[in-house]
Amino acid sequence: MDIQLSIQRLTKRYKTGEGVSDISLDVRKGELVTLLGPSGCGKTTVLRSIGGFLEPDSGDILIEGKSVLKLPPEKRPTSMVFQSYNLWPHMTVFENLAFGLKIRKTPKAEMRQAIEEALQLVRLPGAEKKYPSELSGGQQQRVAVARSLLLKPAVLLLDEPFSALDAKLRHEMREELREIQANTGLTMVFVTHDQEEALSISDRIVVMNQGRMEQIASPQHIYDEPNTLFVAQFIGKMNFLKGVVDAGQVRLDDMLLPNPKGLAGNVSLAVRPEDVMLHEAEGQGLAGTIKQVMILGHYAEVSVDLQGRETIRAFRPRDQVKHLHPGQEVKVTFGKSIAYPEQ
Amino acid sequence: MRWFVKAVGPRKIFEFVLLIVFVIFFLGPLLNLAILAFTGKWNYPDVIPHEWSLKWWKFVFQQEDIAKSIGLSFVIASIVTALSIVLCIPAAYAFARIRFPLSRFFLFSFLLTHAFPKMGLYVSIAVLFFKLGLMNTLPGVVLIHIINVLMFMTWIPTAAFRNVHTAQEESARDVGASPLRVFRTITLPLAMPGILVASIFTFLNSLDEAQGTFLVGIPNYKTMPIVMYSIVSDYPAYAGAVFSIILTAPTIILLLAAQRFVSADVLSSGFQIK
Repeated sequence: MDIQLSIQRLTKRYKTGEGVSDISLDVRKGELVTLLGPSGCGKTTVLRSIGGFLEPDSGDILIEGKSVLKLPPEKRPTSMVFQSYNLWPHMTVFENLAFGLKIRKTPKAEMRQAIEEALQLVRLPGAEKKYPSELSGGQQQRVAVARSLLLKPAVLLLDEPFSALDAKLRHEMREELREIQANTGLTMVFVTHDQEEALSISDRIVVMNQGRMEQIASPQHIYDEPNTLFVAQFIGKMNFLKGVVDAGQVRLDDMLLPNPKGLAGNVSLAVRPEDVMLHEAEGQGLAGTIKQVMILGHYAEVSVDLQGRETIRAFRPRDQVKHLHPGQEVKVTFGKSIAYPEQ
Repeated sequence: MRWFVKAVGPRKIFEFVLLIVFVIFFLGPLLNLAILAFTGKWNYPDVIPHEWSLKWWKFVFQQEDIAKSIGLSFVIASIVTALSIVLCIPAAYAFARIRFPLSRFFLFSFLLTHAFPKMGLYVSIAVLFFKLGLMNTLPGVVLIHIINVLMFMTWIPTAAFRNVHTAQEESARDVGASPLRVFRTITLPLAMPGILVASIFTFLNSLDEAQGTFLVGIPNYKTMPIVMYSIVSDYPAYAGAVFSIILTAPTIILLLAAQRFVSADVLSSGFQIK
């Protein structure tokens, strides 16, 4: 497999103590890798180092096998789409798009054709003569994406490009970006703090926390098997229950669960809401009282007060909760759970 | 009458009266000036002049040193504007973009020249100029003018540069432009309104400067305002009126031309200390 971008032991620390340490990451050709994490986790630091806007303290960055560390941003084979203020308001869309091509001395006719195609690709045909102020926020970001595409970068960098847009538009833009990626086969590194966005568009996700990588995996894998408690907390919705390891098994009151990691002592048990089963009949499981039933479209969220324990949430298909009501006594079992050492 | 007050509202009427007072206060003297400038003969009880004429215009333009002073003033103002652009625009960019120790203090220090009585400052500068041989020279006059405009020329462009987002500069770098090219094609055009406003202020300020020029430039460098002092004291008011119209005209023309750029926003953002 072709490695398009390779980050090797990248470290950059600021005086404030923030920054990143020891980041290593290989991105294959045509792959979309997302750097995901809370604000201040260092994801933007990594992206800006790739783009050449930050000088790392140590480590190396290779694109197509060549180190780009010594190159200024204008000489790097990367292109970046920023969160906002991508476009130059004193130029028309055409001039904005042509700026980079002119520097590369592209012939006029070829330039005109390429710009027309790029605008087609981002679904803004015929917008050449408009000024950025005449475009909506989403359209401006599309022009910014088009500008980057025109330069045929070896790696396209996207720094939370859709975070300033409203929810509906953000969804559309994600789909479009995915489509563009499929059409062009571009290698992309995408930064976001929105785990839903990361899950929906990525080939692989890098979860970062406090300047370190917590896990690299596909969205499926990261959702099903978060490596650490932090990833479990950050990705998707999750219930956490206190448990204890007893005779090689995780015990919650009188419920026994497997302990494949061989942990000992107190543990945090993570259970996805869709893995929480509710039983109206007497039987095995933790006893609880239904607190609330909320219909959220095709599924329902049921919150249950466990006796002498936490409140947990369960996602059930809508038709299964028809006869559940607040105050009802239920038994709760778990389809799947992961234990983490308690922090 | 009561119904009228009720229908329009006392507030509206108050505002209207205020506006009228304001207009009279503001435009009254200008109107008086304009009438005076075109007067041939005007005796006390008449409301308007007895006789209209251009003779004072002719008189003013026939005075050799007046024509010369107008030319000199524009030359000096142009030099001052050009020089202060060269000096202050890079400084403003540094203040806006580079974090260096005491940057705020330095920015604030430009206010100092406006914090003391001008005459005291000029006298001490004159002492210095004597030692350096700058008295009664063009460089001396230009320097005195520049001292006056340093604040405008640095503060307003600094704010203008700050309003150019780093992402706009970085994306230009990103698509392949060198730092110099980014400054020329992105940063400078985007900051141009602020720079233009500051330059116009500088130009007008220099045209108008009298105190410092009087001290440093006399006798060889008599600019318009200085000549005007002697005209006002030596000739009838009509000549003074003609001259003050000549002095006001460039101000009005320049401000009208720059109306598009001169806004309260541009000015006030220049005076925020960040």
